[in-house]
Amino acid sequence: MAERVVAAPFTAPRPNLIARIRGLFIRSEPLRGYALLTPTLLVMVLALAVPLAILVAYSFWTQNYLTIDKTLTINNYAVIADKLMYQSLLWKSIKISGAVTLATVVLAYPMAYFIAFRVQKNKLVWLILITVPFWTSYLLRVFAWKIVLGYNGVINSGLMSLGFIDKPLEFLLYNPFAVVLTLAHAWAAFAILPIYVSLEKIDRSLIEAATDLGDGPVMRFFRVTLPLSLPGVIASSLLVFIPTVGDYVTPKLVGGTTGIMIGNIIQSMFGKANNWPLGAALSIYAMFAITILVCVFLWFTKSLRKNVA
Amino acid sequence: MSIATVNSPRFGALGVFAVAYLAFIYIPVLFLPLFSFNDSIYIAFPLKGFTLEWYGKMAESKGLITALENSLRLGGVVAVLSTVLGTLAAKAVTRYRLPGSGPTVAFIMLPLVIPGIIMGIALLVLASYLGLTLSLFTIGVGHLLITVPFSMLVMISRLEGFDKNLEEASSDLGENAWTTFWRVTFPLAIPGLIASLLLTFTISFDEFILAFFLAGTEVTLPIYIWSQLRFPAKLPAVLALGAVILASSFVVVTFAEWFRRRGVQIKTSSGV
Amino acid sequence: MSEKPIIRLSGVTKNFGKVRAVNNVNINIGHGEFFSLLGPSGCGKTTLLRMLAGFESPTQGELFIDEQPMSTVPAHHRPVNMVFQSYAIFPHLDVRGNIAFGMRKARLPKAKLNDMVDEMLEMIKLPGYGSRGANELSGGERQRVALARALIKRPKVLLLDEPLGALDKKLREQMQIELRVLQKSVGITFVFVTHDQEEALTLSDRIAVMSKGNALQIDSPTRLYEAPTNRFVADFIGTMNFFAGNVRAVENGDATIDAGPLGDVATPADAMPTGNGADIVVALRPEKIRLAFEATSDAINGVEGRMGPTAYLGDRSHFYVFVPGREEPIAVAHQNLDKVDIRSHDTDRPVWLSWSRDAVVLLPPD
Repeated sequence: MAERVVAAPFTAPRPNLIARIRGLFIRSEPLRGYALLTPTLLVMVLALAVPLAILVAYSFWTQNYLTIDKTLTINNYAVIADKLMYQSLLWKSIKISGAVTLATVVLAYPMAYFIAFRVQKNKLVWLILITVPFWTSYLLRVFAWKIVLGYNGVINSGLMSLGFIDKPLEFLLYNPFAVVLTLAHAWAAFAILPIYVSLEKIDRSLIEAATDLGDGPVMRFFRVTLPLSLPGVIASSLLVFIPTVGDYVTPKLVGGTTGIMIGNIIQSMFGKANNWPLGAALSIYAMFAITILVCVFLWFTKSLRKNVA
Repeated sequence: MSIATVNSPRFGALGVFAVAYLAFIYIPVLFLPLFSFNDSIYIAFPLKGFTLEWYGKMAESKGLITALENSLRLGGVVAVLSTVLGTLAAKAVTRYRLPGSGPTVAFIMLPLVIPGIIMGIALLVLASYLGLTLSLFTIGVGHLLITVPFSMLVMISRLEGFDKNLEEASSDLGENAWTTFWRVTFPLAIPGLIASLLLTFTISFDEFILAFFLAGTEVTLPIYIWSQLRFPAKLPAVLALGAVILASSFVVVTFAEWFRRRGVQIKTSSGV
Repeated sequence: MSEKPIIRLSGVTKNFGKVRAVNNVNINIGHGEFFSLLGPSGCGKTTLLRMLAGFESPTQGELFIDEQPMSTVPAHHRPVNMVFQSYAIFPHLDVRGNIAFGMRKARLPKAKLNDMVDEMLEMIKLPGYGSRGANELSGGERQRVALARALIKRPKVLLLDEPLGALDKKLREQMQIELRVLQKSVGITFVFVTHDQEEALTLSDRIAVMSKGNALQIDSPTRLYEAPTNRFVADFIGTMNFFAGNVRAVENGDATIDAGPLGDVATPADAMPTGNGADIVVALRPEKIRLAFEATSDAINGVEGRMGPTAYLGDRSHFYVFVPGREEPIAVAHQNLDKVDIRSHDTDRPVWLSWSRDAVVLLPPD
């Protein structure tokens, strides 16, 4: 073979590559930003997206006594569609959550309004007072209602010792009413925040303009304040409704047999009933229903906003 | 037409409502400490007398002490990790123009709107799939999931509160990203960081639903409480424990909120 | 200037997604120049400045500082410093801490650094302010601290992003003078961004007028005012009257332009933007138009009109004159050399306008 002339060694590729990558980083703002985001995103993907994906997979498998049969089947969903119990339970849970959301948001709104418009100096104090209970143990707050509403509980024993009643009131505990009351209490503090933020952001001069143009306080509220605070109301509603549908702690502690919600069934699937695939399918089913309801809700409020405006 | 303008501070009917609302929030919860001092194992009126017996029983219980230690350790780790992750994400979102940042942020916030039970079982399923034994670690992952969004929210609000140009000024004057962070961003973000640490610690410390699904042999305090609820005789000791937790959470969170809001002086009164 | 420019922008383009913020800009800035980027909001001037500082990178093209390409040089290594529109004073440091901030890497002995800071405080006329907190400063004081903070590093170029925008009129005028004096004494190149054309005209050695991402004309203030090369620049700087016209004839170094209601306009034929027979725009500055209340026979360029609204400003008067065939009145600015006769401001009074051949500015049609 003819001798090849060896070319002069060119500058080492390594430094060039590193310089190119550095240059890329310097030039690309999105790249730098996403680099920062990566650890967090990674954790969230691993802890949320992946498990949910596996959950979906589980819903297509079957429980074979102690093992999982991994052949894909829609059997679980068929069971759900077939047994009326699951559907009616889900529907009942939705109704309870709906009642909780309605009660909570309707009561929270005036409170948020009060702090936003009527309090001048100590907004901070009011907000802290309101929000602090929310950050404390949910379990304990539910338990507090259990002892308040119970047969021998605080209300009954108090009323009896004061002589208002002879026998303890039975309707207080272990029914949907107790569940709604307890959950409304649990969310009362939190529901205020999104509404408050929304109200606080309203440009006061808009309201003054409405007054200038002839609106009285009531008209002003419905034509200006309420529509402008709607995003906060919507956010609050969703933040209360969605987690509540799946709750099982409150129904278990204060719901009795009539106050059971879908969360209890799902929990038992992963506990005593030991049917993980069915439990997974039920969860997907519940999430699906929630998502549809939320979309309907959002579409409804959107058209509401168009009409009011 | 009333002369009172839009923003006139007046108490009125709305004020009465507000007080009633506060009462509604606090009163049921105040029964816990009330009956924890009550000299009777029945939680009912009339009150029988003052005693510290239940607090004594509570302090002696071995299971309780272990559970408490577990919760404290777990809470500490979760607080630090979630604050770090939340801060990185908040910095990325507030200081850089990112295409697709909307959906990305929404994704990170997702745990706030997914029912806890669903996240719990999803993680349980993952753990089983990977063959992981349940332990404080698995609980920790679940807690990270719900605390990171909160940490991110707190830090976003803190970082948006001060001038974006400050970090650019630092860079312009010769500091690289690392030194800029330590000389400018960190000092200004400290109130937010502290608030985030305290808040996420409290969330983890008090969290029950995820812990219940993801716990192995080591339990956290809320799980311990749940296990005690079945025994009527143990009830008052649980009340004592509950009262202590309530009081300390109250103090911690009040401190956190005060700290966070104090730091946002730069913005005007925009509440949260 | 025989030296190489200290800043060279070569074909610089910046896109933000679909929006083109800066379009193929070529600018050379010389050592020691006070150079302004002037234009309305959204014209790309601040984006250009930020690219010089290193906070944005160009989508296309290249920036050179002292003939060194900046594409691989991050912001914190560039020999430029910036004064931000918001001043960006570090709230957690006092004045001394702010000014000394950028000197950390130089690792100077403490005493020397303190002396340098004191020197800067003298220069910005805030002696003794060293231990004041950032939030104790007024707007004007902050601006000066921001300036000191940047200048203490002796950068090759100082970038200023609308630094006077937040100040009130009197303070702004005062600071304009101080800035100019400072720049001349320190000898550093200033690149100054503003939307205020008066400010740019007052301060700059040269100005780049920008609109919609394009650098339309780069020239000295005088040339920009007296010899704009396109309609936007002519209109943006000062006031201008525009007339659509057509080139009738070009001979012997003279051009005659048929300018509609204005009649035939005579002007020198050097540097005409279009040729014989083509459309052209005739532009006249208000102060270059003479206004008389009687017809003068020796006017080269002239037209008769009627007086419209007037504004009396004390030292000058502004007249708006209607001529037949044109809906918009012609703006005429008139120095009140003699005491003003109120009757001269009567509406509808016939007036005669005239202007010299050299007063005419010719622009390409839109």
